[in-house]
Amino acid sequence: MFAAMTPELLQAAAASNQWGAIFPELALGCLALLLLVLEILLPKSAHARIPVVAILGQLVLLAVLLWNFAPTGLERDTFNGLLHHSRDGQFMRAFFLVSSILVCLLGTVALAKQKLPRVEFYHLVLVVTAAMMLLAQSNHFVLLFVALETVTVGFYILVSYFRASPLSLEAGLKYLIMGALSSALLLFGIVLLYGVAGNPALPGHTAEAMNFNALNAFLAANPDNFLAKAGIVLVLAGVAFKIGAFPFQIWIPDVYQGAPTPVTAFLAVASKAAGFAVLLVLTLRAFAPYATLTVPILSVLAAATILFGNIAALTQHNVKRLIGLSGVSHAGFLLIGVVAAVSTPLALGAVYFYLAAYLLATFAVFGVMTHVAGANDAEQELDHYAGLARDNPFLAAVLAVGLGSLAGIPPLAGFMGKLFVFIAAFKAGLYPLLTVAIVGVVISIYYYFGWIKAAFFEAWRAPLQEGEIDDRPARTPVAWPAGVTLGLLALCTVLLGFYQGSFGEWLLTR
Amino acid sequence: MSQLPFDPLFVSIATPLAVALAIAFGLPKRYSVKLAYVGFAVPALLALHCWYHFPAGAGADYVFATQYSTGLASLGISLKLGLNGIALPLFVLAGLVGLAAGLYAIQSQAERLKHYLMLLLIMQGGLMGVFASVDIFFFYFFHELALIPTFIMVGVWGGRDRNYAAMKLTIYLTLGAMLSLIGLIAIYVKSGANSFDLVTLRHTLVATPLAGGLQKHLFGLLMFGFGILVSLWPFHTWAPLGYGAAPSSAAMLHAGVLKKFGLYGLIQIALPLLPLGASQWTTVLAGLAVFGNILVVGFITMAQRDLKQMVGYSSVMHMGYAFLGIACLSSLGAGGVVLLMVAHGLSVALLFLLTTSIHHRTHTFDLNEMGGLAQKTPVLAAFFVAATLASIGLPGFANFWGELTIFVAAWTYSKVLTACAVGGIIISAVYGLRTAARVFFGTPTEELARVTAAHPPADLRWSEKLPAIILLAALLFIGFWPKSLSTPLNAALHPAWPAPGALPLQTTSGK
Repeated sequence: MFAAMTPELLQAAAASNQWGAIFPELALGCLALLLLVLEILLPKSAHARIPVVAILGQLVLLAVLLWNFAPTGLERDTFNGLLHHSRDGQFMRAFFLVSSILVCLLGTVALAKQKLPRVEFYHLVLVVTAAMMLLAQSNHFVLLFVALETVTVGFYILVSYFRASPLSLEAGLKYLIMGALSSALLLFGIVLLYGVAGNPALPGHTAEAMNFNALNAFLAANPDNFLAKAGIVLVLAGVAFKIGAFPFQIWIPDVYQGAPTPVTAFLAVASKAAGFAVLLVLTLRAFAPYATLTVPILSVLAAATILFGNIAALTQHNVKRLIGLSGVSHAGFLLIGVVAAVSTPLALGAVYFYLAAYLLATFAVFGVMTHVAGANDAEQELDHYAGLARDNPFLAAVLAVGLGSLAGIPPLAGFMGKLFVFIAAFKAGLYPLLTVAIVGVVISIYYYFGWIKAAFFEAWRAPLQEGEIDDRPARTPVAWPAGVTLGLLALCTVLLGFYQGSFGEWLLTR
Repeated sequence: MSQLPFDPLFVSIATPLAVALAIAFGLPKRYSVKLAYVGFAVPALLALHCWYHFPAGAGADYVFATQYSTGLASLGISLKLGLNGIALPLFVLAGLVGLAAGLYAIQSQAERLKHYLMLLLIMQGGLMGVFASVDIFFFYFFHELALIPTFIMVGVWGGRDRNYAAMKLTIYLTLGAMLSLIGLIAIYVKSGANSFDLVTLRHTLVATPLAGGLQKHLFGLLMFGFGILVSLWPFHTWAPLGYGAAPSSAAMLHAGVLKKFGLYGLIQIALPLLPLGASQWTTVLAGLAVFGNILVVGFITMAQRDLKQMVGYSSVMHMGYAFLGIACLSSLGAGGVVLLMVAHGLSVALLFLLTTSIHHRTHTFDLNEMGGLAQKTPVLAAFFVAATLASIGLPGFANFWGELTIFVAAWTYSKVLTACAVGGIIISAVYGLRTAARVFFGTPTEELARVTAAHPPADLRWSEKLPAIILLAALLFIGFWPKSLSTPLNAALHPAWPAPGALPLQTTSGK
């Protein structure tokens, strides 16, 4: 296509690339570079200020984004159809930015316990976040793949960031292998779709087969093409790795356990959400004509994911593995929303609400985890929480709110998220999935409640013998920025459960 | 009508929650306790106010109705409050039992009293909300709000087996709650009303009823969902265990008020909205209620040696009468259930309170280790005997009217079942009177004599007496003047079943 263009046309295309449309991503990239520059310029004694710059810069950016949340020119394509800007995209941008800020904040707490270079961590988080923002708005397989690889490569480094810890390195290796496999599947699927959509023998063939709109038109013209089906299945499999859906969840427990706690939080929230943003774009836009194929596949995935995640989480004693597997089950609930979204517009809002509630609750829990964890980041057992309610009622309360919200207990935000998904699923008539979801919720109560129990209920412990040392790590005192943030997260979780206000109105009216 | 410058229903929900929030934000203990009195007293006073000012002849429609938007109008969810004749008795019950439980908790000298009161206040706010909600989403929401603190209270302040009990309670009740939630969502979606407002739903479903088969499924979902929450046999095993372990005020509020949520939901929501469905489940419901709850659990209750477990099992057994009343599908039966709910709520709360007071004096719950307590604590003995007689259903107490009405309604439904159910009264008389006799009369066992010699048991203190008096007075008041509740109740139930005792749907039923 580009070969046929005259220089004038190319110039016009380049001029129409409205750079202002990707201002948040550009600003985030520049901020990331600025951090590295500051590290070179500033004296060593001032390096502690660099994370502050990262967090403040992002806060300013978030304020700008929210201030101009509905800019003129939403619902349009830019960069020659590479990107599609929509209000959903704006929501995901804000979502990723918030999670990035929280990850940076957790990073300051967790990195203080390690002897490691600090600044690169924030740099990588910012770059990954910018890539996720692009990913959520992609309208073209090339951009999708490039953004996804940027995210994944960033995570390869972040997962093994605690390079002195063998478990962190092992997690990095596992993530690398699994990530490569999923990228390969995704790429293979893309190539199949590209090939079949460009086949001149087929009706509606297109030269722009990577573009979602063109692909959609092609698929609509060829409703029952085997190669297209194979391509779609492979692409969905690639995305299923990212969201941790069964049977592509095998990497989750080990990687979650080995990765530094803030990175685990980043994986659990932002990476999963990015996967869902892509999945929504693909199933609702690009693959919409093949709903008869995607809906059964995603339904089976959803059911299996909920059951596997919950049942596997039952026996976990390591809280990072536990939350990883519970995150798998959350992916299942979100998948129900995605399936429902194919036929019920309400479900889209439900998925976004669920994600928002999940972000608040998960970061609240991870915030507590970083404070309870010791220098050995991978060993965080349920026993370590014994007596937390007595020693630090604040952390215990935040933990209870976070876990309660994840368990879907009213009046917390997580319950509203589940409720919306259930209503949407009901409207879409997904009764078998609802049955599975209920079973999942009831099972999940056991392990969430077990964790709360560990923190709140007094359990007998053998008194320490002479010369015996308590093997539980000392708890980190809560500094004010982390304290304020955790308090805010818990408060928002409670408030969003009681009163959704204009946020709920905005998400659910479509 | 209410002359108050504010909305009494909203304030009665918000006050306890606001006090709980203040305590959560670190109010010092002295002020916490003082403010807790306010948090428990305001809902009770407002409930009595609403009762007193409930317009004569009203009951069919919602009185004191107000609506607040929470941002989910597009889904048809809004905080709509109001009381009709069915809700009023339970709202009053929630206020009174809440006050009694709160007063008892304040004097209980529990560890970490501040947090204990905070959780009780959250529970109280939720309870007031359950019965004041017209929107069925908020009806469910407030129930869960009240339920969650129970789990924590059992786990942290509970007695024997608390960890196991808390876990079992949580899993059973979550299952029940999830089933009922799905049932409620199903009604919302299938009715096509796009509203969780009960009034709108009722209008929509009267105009265009759901298909009979669908109604059957939905009613089954709600019946088992709510049934688990009300300890319908064979899903009752959480109840005695949970109540046995729960701290007294939590047990009072849960067994007394919160458990009525399921029955209330069946009467207020399931029966009017799904009449065809209900008529297909009555046999199952009545059978489970009479053979399971009344007879099987009745005999189990007789075999109990643990006083608190005994009270727990007896409350499960009395729920059988309530289910039987619902299965009659008549205004008489449903009305009897509401009266029984109020009466049972008051009497079981009183029993749990007194049980704990007994425990403080004997340091045991084992009936075989007690005896002769009446010599030392005559007032406690008098209260306990009165509560026992009330729970058996002696005329003069509110329970009598509830049970009598249910039996009258059930007689037209099934004579065999009614006979069995009446036989249950004998069972409850046996275990009730035998317990009173074992605890208070006869000679003390050696062990008890040793304990009482070490700590001579004092009679009921005023701080314990006051909540007991509130509950007993309400039981007697309703017992002698049931009309004060039954008039609005009748007005509310009448539209659904025009002729008392008649099966309403024989003409329209698909059979």
